This record gives sequence, structure tokens and C-alpha cells, in this order.
Amino acid sequence: MSDMYRDLILEHHRYPHNYGTLDPHDVSQEEHNPLCGDRIRLDLRIADGKIAAVAFSGKGCAVSQAAASMLTDELIGMDLDAARAYSKDDVLELIGLPLDKNPVRLKCALLSLKAMKVGLYRYLGQQLDTDELD
Amino acid sequence: MHTPPFDIAAVRRDFPILQLPIERPVAFLDSASSSQKPEAVIAAQAAFYRTTNANVHRGVYQLSEQATYEFERARGRVAFFINANSAREVIFTRNTTEAINLVAQSWGGSNLHPGDVILLSQMEHHSNIVPWQLLAQRTGASLRAIPIDSAGRLVLDDIDTLLQGVKLVAITHQSNVLGTINPVQYLATKAHAVGALILVDGAQSVPHMPTDVQALGIDFLAFSGHKMLAPTGVGVLWGRKALLDAMPPFLGGGSMIKTVTIEVSTYADVPARFEAGTPMIGEAIALGHAIDYLEAIGMANVAAYEESLGHYLLDQLAEVSGVTVYGPPIGPDRAAMASFTVDCAHPHDVAQVLDSEGVAVRAGHHCTQPLHAALDIPSTARASCYLYNTTQDIDRLVAGLRKVTTLFA
Repeated sequence: MSDMYRDLILEHHRYPHNYGTLDPHDVSQEEHNPLCGDRIRLDLRIADGKIAAVAFSGKGCAVSQAAASMLTDELIGMDLDAARAYSKDDVLELIGLPLDKNPVRLKCALLSLKAMKVGLYRYLGQQLDTDELD
Repeated sequence: MHTPPFDIAAVRRDFPILQLPIERPVAFLDSASSSQKPEAVIAAQAAFYRTTNANVHRGVYQLSEQATYEFERARGRVAFFINANSAREVIFTRNTTEAINLVAQSWGGSNLHPGDVILLSQMEHHSNIVPWQLLAQRTGASLRAIPIDSAGRLVLDDIDTLLQGVKLVAITHQSNVLGTINPVQYLATKAHAVGALILVDGAQSVPHMPTDVQALGIDFLAFSGHKMLAPTGVGVLWGRKALLDAMPPFLGGGSMIKTVTIEVSTYADVPARFEAGTPMIGEAIALGHAIDYLEAIGMANVAAYEESLGHYLLDQLAEVSGVTVYGPPIGPDRAAMASFTVDCAHPHDVAQVLDSEGVAVRAGHHCTQPLHAALDIPSTARASCYLYNTTQDIDRLVAGLRKVTTLFA
């Protein structure tokens, strides 16, 4: 628990970065966690093969909100190829939470990643294997 | 006031998991999800596999005879526990969900027609909604829900209107979120007055209060073993004999037949007709022992103690600022559980912080999305009590909640 709610997580939860929506946007994807009903919407604006702007909105637990906040910071300016390849392990390393044996909270942490990848793959007209995100 | 009418220390010693040092002993407040098991139940299941293991209703050898005897003894214990007319009215299922699906497919499939209505309530568990939706899609029947008021009670002012065209009322006896205990007896009278049947979801009520299916005047009762000290994998459908006798099979296979040719089969009498394949023998026997355990304490004593625990739980939660509790105030129609939200923290975070304090509660929508939609909240945390809980468990919950409000304020 001390790890789960260290200051960085609580800080991002209280004051999330990139919170809101983008208008216009190239990608807007909403994902929800059927276990708790939480929803996250993630918007992307794309230019020159990079993510030019990103925003997220929705309600959720500290873990899902902090993960979305940190992920969106990371995504700004990222090549689409790199965003496409961004993985579950990347998110876990980014947020620094040991959730390997915590399958329920893992879904919270990965909700924003799932929204980003589902939306981006659709934008690119590619097929996403969501197994690693479920 | 919170002194139980039985030896609580002895009861707690009966549950091995309550003795485990999970950093400190767990304050287990999630029995509404699944209860803990006493040593007597664990030992009974193990003893079956060690000394009696064989298939039932098949062999003429001694082990199979004894397994059959014990399996059927368990059926008799269940019948006695809910005051059924006969053990033949007791069908073993995997759980409450399967019991409800059995009625939906078997009774519903042969009795519902386009235009018929199934009356549920806004506070049902998904297991008492989805099977009826599937049935409605198949038969052309439709669903209607009794609304709830702001206290979390059924709104029954317009029950006569709600019952128009209804063929079946499917209602929970006790809400798994609000803790509301519904007036099932009244609804049974009302349903029968319009020629409808009533199925009661007893998953939350049967473990916690005396159950008398004849006094309730209901037609079907579904409940799970694992919420009443028994293992997972065994549940019960009780139904009136005349109704069960007229119902077609649910699953096909061994045990549920009289004769089989390649073209056609004739079916066994109830309850065998609804128990296709090898059943959950060890689990059913263990359920019989769980009932022995509960009967030895007395369900009236369990209910009386839980009422005092519920009182304490709601009183204590009311003292924590920022905590909102859902469901009726403490009283005869309120069970010893509380679903709540904390102003500053999401239910997942609440449950996680409580876990770090050794307090086990559930967080989520508790398989009641329509209810949470009506309450206009995505999810709640839920603390639920059983006979082995104490006021100390609740004190630890409250201390944990104060940590939550400090951390997230």
C-alpha cells in the first residue's frame, strides 16, 4: 500500500496533467472497466507522424487517474510507431507500481493505455490484439 | 447489546482463516461475496474424498452406496433448513446463478409467450436480470422493474399496476448492496393474486436468517452454498413439487434419464431430472455439514447477533465524515452490511487502503449496474458481516476509513 499511494501517484491523482478533451481531435476513444464501471476518454491530435496533443477525461480511482496523467505526459511528441508499440510493461515502469500479482488493480492502471491503443490502431486502420491489455 | 447469543470466541476459533496472520489477523468484511468456512465443513469435504469417494446413484458397491447416502442426507438437511415439504423439492446446482437459469430455461421456456411480463426490481443482482433477458429474447416476453426510493426500498404503491400481464416475479430477498430485506411474503400474495409465480433470489438472505419457504408462500428459491459456510460449486434450487414435476429438463446427460434410445429419451423424476451428469458430491455433503453448523448455533441467534452488528456498523460509519452509506436505516428490513462511498476517494482506493490495514471489503458495482445507475454512482465499497464478525472488526474498518480520509483529503 505504501507503494501504491506514494506521493507521485497521489500528486497526479489530485492534479492530473492533460485533463480535458481536444477539439478538434484525430482520435477519441473511450474505454471502461467493467469491474467497477470506471470510464476514461482519451483524445489525440496527430501531426507529422507524431502525437501533437493529448488529453484524457473521465472518473476513476487514483491508480487509473494517475496512470492516465503520467501516460499522457509521456505521449506528447511521441512517434506513432513508438505509441503503437507502447506496452503494459512500459506503463508499469512509468508509474512504478508492482501490480504483477494484483490483476484487479492492473486493469485500472492499463485503462488509459487501452484507450490510446484501441483509438490509435483504429486511426491507422490496423488490427490491435487487445489480449495483453485485458 | 453486541454480546452474541452464542460463544463468539469459540465460533471464531472454528474458522482457520481467521487465525492466519496476514500481517495481522484479517477483519473479514466481505461475506456477502463469499463466506469463510469452518473447520467442520473443510473436514467434512476432505473426509468424503479420504473415506467415501465414489460416484452417486450408480454403483452397488459399498463406497458408492455410502456416497449416495451422504449426498442424499445433505439434500434432506437442505430441505429441513428451508422447511421444504420434501427433499425431492431440492435440486443441487452450481450456485444461485445456475438455479435461476434453470428456472428461466425450463419453466420460462415452456410457460412464457409474447406479451408476458417478468417483474424484477431495480436492485437485482445481474444473475437475476440477465437470465430473464435471455428468456425474454427467446420468447417475446418483456421485463419490468419495481423502482426503489431514495432510502433503497422497493416502491410498492403501484404494485397492482406493475403486476399487469406478469407471469413471474423474480425478486431478491435481500439486496447485496443496499442490505434491504424485501417483503417477499407480501409480494408472493400479490403475485399469486394475478396468477403469477414468484422466484426469490435467496443468495443473501438464506445464510443470515431463518428461511421457511412455506411460510413465505413462494414458488422457487435459489441460493448458494459458498455464502453460507459451504464450499464453492454447490447451490440450491428449491421449487414446489407440482411445478418441478411439470418442468422439462434443463441440461441433458447421465442421471437425468429413465430410458435412452438413439432417437428419444424419457426423463427421470425430480430432482434427478435437473441434475445431469456427476454432481458436486463432496461440496453438497459439505453444505449439509455447514447447515449442521448453522443449526447448532440457531439461525434466529445468527440473525439476532447480525442485527446488533448491523446497528453498530451503521452507527460507526455515520461518525466518519465524508462517508455516505446507501440503503435503509437500521431496522427490521436492513441487513448487517453497508455499501458506501467516501467523498475524497474512489472505492478501489478505499478498499486498497483498508486492505493494507488488514480489513477486507469489496469495491465495485457488486454485479448491480442498474442499481448503481439508479443511485447515480459508478461504484461503492461494501462491508458485510457474518456470524464470526465482531465489533472490533468494525472498529478496524472505521480506523481504516480515517486513514483513507487523511491520505486523500
